[in-house]
Amino acid sequence: MSNAVVRKTLISLAVAGAATLAQADVVIGVAGPHTGAYAAFGEQLWKGAEKAAMDINAAGGVNGEMIKLVKADDACEPKQAVSVANRLVDSDGALAVVGHFCSSSSIPASKIYEEAGVIMVTPASTNPTLTDQGLPNVFRVCGRDDQQGDVAASYIVDKLNAKRVAVIHDKDTYGKGLADAMKSTLNAYGVKEVMYEGLTRGEKDFNALITKIRSVDADVVYFGGLHSEAGPLVRQLREQGSKAIFISGDGIVSDEFVSVAGSPKYVDGVLMTFGAPPTSYPSGKKVIKEFRDGGYEPEGYTLYSYTAMQVAVAALSNNNLDPIKGAEWLKSHSIDTVMGKKNFDDKGDLTVSDYVMYEWDGQGKYHVVD
Amino acid sequence: MDIVLQQLVNGLTLGSVYGLIAIGYTMVYGIIGMINFAHGDVYMVSAYITAIALAILTFFGIESFPIILVGTLFLTVAVTGAYGWVIERIAYRPLRSSSRLAVLISAIGMSLILQNYVQLSQGANQQGVPTLLTGALRFNVGDGFVQITYMKLLILFISILGMGVLTYVIQKTKLGRMCRATQQDRKMASILGIDTDKVISTVFVIGAVMAALAGVLVTLDYGAFDFYVGFIIGIKAFTAAVLGGIGSLPGAMLGGLILGLSEALFAGLISSDYKDVFSFSLLVLILIVRPSGLLGKPEVEKV
Repeated sequence: MSNAVVRKTLISLAVAGAATLAQADVVIGVAGPHTGAYAAFGEQLWKGAEKAAMDINAAGGVNGEMIKLVKADDACEPKQAVSVANRLVDSDGALAVVGHFCSSSSIPASKIYEEAGVIMVTPASTNPTLTDQGLPNVFRVCGRDDQQGDVAASYIVDKLNAKRVAVIHDKDTYGKGLADAMKSTLNAYGVKEVMYEGLTRGEKDFNALITKIRSVDADVVYFGGLHSEAGPLVRQLREQGSKAIFISGDGIVSDEFVSVAGSPKYVDGVLMTFGAPPTSYPSGKKVIKEFRDGGYEPEGYTLYSYTAMQVAVAALSNNNLDPIKGAEWLKSHSIDTVMGKKNFDDKGDLTVSDYVMYEWDGQGKYHVVD
Repeated sequence: MDIVLQQLVNGLTLGSVYGLIAIGYTMVYGIIGMINFAHGDVYMVSAYITAIALAILTFFGIESFPIILVGTLFLTVAVTGAYGWVIERIAYRPLRSSSRLAVLISAIGMSLILQNYVQLSQGANQQGVPTLLTGALRFNVGDGFVQITYMKLLILFISILGMGVLTYVIQKTKLGRMCRATQQDRKMASILGIDTDKVISTVFVIGAVMAALAGVLVTLDYGAFDFYVGFIIGIKAFTAAVLGGIGSLPGAMLGGLILGLSEALFAGLISSDYKDVFSFSLLVLILIVRPSGLLGKPEVEKV
């Protein structure tokens, strides 16, 4: 080994050492319901973000620094979301956050990230309010509930020709927001819902509500909410002998929907709006194969989370790890992700959304409806 | 018409489940004058044990529903009863001579311990068990129909049986007499040779057993549960116990039925948005008019 090489190595070691002292890693928070009834979604978020961080680190990191992920558990509760957001920005020193999952968590947390000047990229929160607040640092790599509601409403009117639609929601920011968005498009098409009611999250007995759905003779039941309530709801609907078509949004895109409903036969024929299959993008082929080789099926929001991480990292690495400049930069640049090229508008929404209708089958799997 | 009748059926089955769980609150209150805030979580534990028992039975290739039901009931009741006994030993007995506030806090602590212990050991995800009993009785009423699933019939039958057996035990047996004596005056009962510690343990076990009955039935019926299911149903059952007059056994059953029926009728005929608002307003109203609940005796200050 020549002298020059030794000196170079020593210098680079010293530099690396200094960097360790100053700031060892780029800290990125992964916020979502890692525990609680919606932990299945938290796991999707974590798996996607973890894989993305590993891949980015293996490719040299963010401007040479390694990504360090911090798991932040909000249990899908607004209060807890605010406190973990504070922890992420104050004691963990996160530069960006991938999350949260529930809109009711994302909205209050987004204000904390704004004050701290941290980029927030949510893979899954679809409530329009989140980006309509006009915060400069908030982005989402999924669609909006008004877009999702449009797709559902036009399907109900054009394809199903339904006249008697019952609209049910779970009183939560996401669930009620989605149901309202669907309802307003439906009304714009000239169809008035025959019933509009909320149920209580965490309960399992919806028999009284279903008897009422039966009494208004609904032929479509639209539910804004998550799989933990949708499962018992659809099961009890079928048990009471109703053949109404059940439609919901991206809140049921999890295998748990089937187990919570009791058996695949109850979810047979359930319709669901969700972004075009994330596994269909050619750019994601390699990642999907690696996920599957590792024994994990990247279902639901896994690839969205991977994408959110890529977006956050692109913003940081192109702007010298400055989150505020990064957020500004994102609005005028397109980013290559595992789910194709992504462009953001001034609010932080995607310029193109890609909601399509899926149908669950008797085997407990979902497919795009042609 | 058919809709009102259907709502009565819905309310009746829901109410009988509330009643079963309310027994645990009312008996513990009756005997040591405190609220067992961990009781809802005992119910939750029983849901998990039901799933484990089902898995064990299916593992041995048992497929006939009656055997599965009896086996699951037996296993769940035994294990949940043991939980009730251990919980009393750990969280209540050491604090029995302390102030009521200390016991109340240890009860809440116990509830949190159970929730987190189940969450850590079983995962936070929603769990589901497959449907085992399907089919329903259907009656034509007018142009519509009223139906009750076989599973709901089973819930009603086992709840009524459980409550009947318990009433018999409390009214007619030696154990029941010991319970009632301890409830009336613990010190005097122990002077007269009743092992009051044992009686109190038994009461906790009985409460847990009743919650376990409810846990098995509801889990088999709805199929879905997670570590948090004890919270809402626990509060509802507690409300039922207070509504009927806490400390009174028939009161717990009556309170459960009233709560179940009022929820179903309000949700079905008016709006499920404000169902819980209505139920709890009803509770407040009854407490204003009759502070000791419907069947409760006004507490007499002993001098």
